[in-house]
Amino acid sequence: MRSLDLRSSVAALCVTLAVATAAQAADFGKRPEAGFGRPIGEADLKLWDIDIATPSGGNLPAGEGTVAAGKAVYEAKCLACHGENAAGGPVYGTMVGGIGSMTKSPRVLTPGSMYPYAPILFDYVRRAMPMNAPQSLTADEVYAVAAYIYNLNGLVPADFKMNAQTMPKIPMPNRDGFIRDDRPDTRAERCMTDCKPIGTVADASKPAASGTAAAAGGTGNQVIMGDPKSGAAASPAARP
Amino acid sequence: MVEEQRTQTPAPGASPGSSGSSRRRFLVAGAAAGLGVAAGARAEELPVPASSLKMGAPIPPESYGMPIEFEAHVKRRRSDVFKNKQNYSDWSMTPLHQQVGIVTPNGLFFERHHNGVAKIDPEQHRLVIHGLVEKPLAFSMSDLMRYPSVSRFHFMECSGNTLTDWREPKAVTVQQSHGLLSCAQWTGVPLSWLLDEAGVKPEGKWVMFEGGDGSGHLRSIPIEKVMDDALLVYGQNGEMLRAEQGYPLRAFFPGWEGNTCVKWLRRIKVVTEPDQIRGETARYTDPMPNGKWRQYSMEMECKSVITNPSGGMSLKGPGLYEVQGFAWSGRGKVTNVDLTFDGGRTWREAALEEPVLDKCLTRFRYRWNWDGSPAKIASRAKDTTGYVQPTVEEIARVREIVGFVQHHNGIFPWSVAQSGEVANAIA
Repeated sequence: MRSLDLRSSVAALCVTLAVATAAQAADFGKRPEAGFGRPIGEADLKLWDIDIATPSGGNLPAGEGTVAAGKAVYEAKCLACHGENAAGGPVYGTMVGGIGSMTKSPRVLTPGSMYPYAPILFDYVRRAMPMNAPQSLTADEVYAVAAYIYNLNGLVPADFKMNAQTMPKIPMPNRDGFIRDDRPDTRAERCMTDCKPIGTVADASKPAASGTAAAAGGTGNQVIMGDPKSGAAASPAARP
Repeated sequence: MVEEQRTQTPAPGASPGSSGSSRRRFLVAGAAAGLGVAAGARAEELPVPASSLKMGAPIPPESYGMPIEFEAHVKRRRSDVFKNKQNYSDWSMTPLHQQVGIVTPNGLFFERHHNGVAKIDPEQHRLVIHGLVEKPLAFSMSDLMRYPSVSRFHFMECSGNTLTDWREPKAVTVQQSHGLLSCAQWTGVPLSWLLDEAGVKPEGKWVMFEGGDGSGHLRSIPIEKVMDDALLVYGQNGEMLRAEQGYPLRAFFPGWEGNTCVKWLRRIKVVTEPDQIRGETARYTDPMPNGKWRQYSMEMECKSVITNPSGGMSLKGPGLYEVQGFAWSGRGKVTNVDLTFDGGRTWREAALEEPVLDKCLTRFRYRWNWDGSPAKIASRAKDTTGYVQPTVEEIARVREIVGFVQHHNGIFPWSVAQSGEVANAIA
């Protein structure tokens, strides 16, 4: 018994050492033979399965809403925090404008300027808004309030009918505004003596000693639904 | 050289605004007494302390122990830099300068919620795994706790840690500049086991995690990470998760930004491509030159900071100070930490205190003899991939630093004035 324990300890140690020298991967051991999950069907998850595949609009529910209906929903459920005409209120900043501001400073971030796919607004409003009663709006109400917000942003006309077919087709100005993670993007070295003193963000606007092209150093602040005035000033018509 | 720097006993760290720090008074008095004995001199006769002359407090019938009242100033704090107009989608920060060792106590672990702290009865809670799997499964908490468990020490850092301090000094203390960082021993079940049990279909390349809180917080994670070292966590530092950490269940992705570790986890869905929801496009993305945004940048790069001395503290004259701090990397272990005292012209290596663990806070120490002249001190870490922590200048050359920018892992300098005052010197 004792020698058996010893053998298995040695074996375990060898496994540990092998794993320690491997590049990565956690050593969690083998999955236990028994599983304790209980079968469930997709039909049982209808009320839970609320995420929208926003690029395609997959999983958008039936229903429809108009700009006019959305204005009424907005004024009843959203205005208290987000303000008149979604231009910013006591708690949050503007949800209108900023289109064309991504190469400017500040970048003004709104559903109109930032979202690459229109159904993002449906997914978010349904799961999280209004903050004091999430998931309380009907599908018709969510479509309607989305129609209202996108109309204020100049992305859909006043007579637009928002539904599962029309929503994914709205052309979004920031559709191609994203790149996937490509870090590491810095290559610092471990200098020990006679090093360049620690630089600042402002120093990055000056030409790099190594000849690296300096990134365009923005000077202003980016607005994240934070400043009603900046947002309102950006023209919704200024689309790229 | 490095070995000589290794500290045997903890030295008194100056702590900001801690007029009530009995520990520091004790240590200073102890040091003075020690010197007195060595010199054969007299200081003052020490009276018998009151605690030696009476019975202590009895053990109550049952209790959850709390820190003594003299440590009541050690607290999480909300941001001093931003005044949020509501405190539901908000955050609180860990007092890193008051942490000893690498483990953050559960009551001091940083918080970030998107719609307040959910309260969930574990008896009622269900987790489901569905989407591109052979067998959709549901689990109760007691189902999950029947699996063999694993425990791992890992840091957790918010992607927004340090974001107030790119262009100019805004945070006064290291709690405000770096306190969206904590470290714990996490206990739970490997996610790969449960996904294998459900049977991921070949076309399942991403896995979506959704919380049962009022924000329905959701993130999509590549299947490779999920099957590598991801955990389904119910325990933290020897007890069940605190409510503000997602009780009774959260996801945990070692080394990845905190918001991927979805709290109050109720649903896991295997998909082909991420949903690209608001949190993956309009939030948790990084502004890049030419108007672009970098997304799914979830790995936290190698970073370090000096916590003692740090902003808001004051050195009491020239002499020996043990410089301490933390280093960590979302890509592996920390291999080296270098310190500068002259603003980056020269660097020398600090000692790393064991244990040095994968994707975990690592404590560094260095005995510094301050000569009393103005200094600019900072730390720089390197990890097992060979990556060296950059300056904010180096980061700003490849990214757009406009305001509210995440993933600040820049070298963070503190200035030490002749008066001994320590201040944020990021610019």
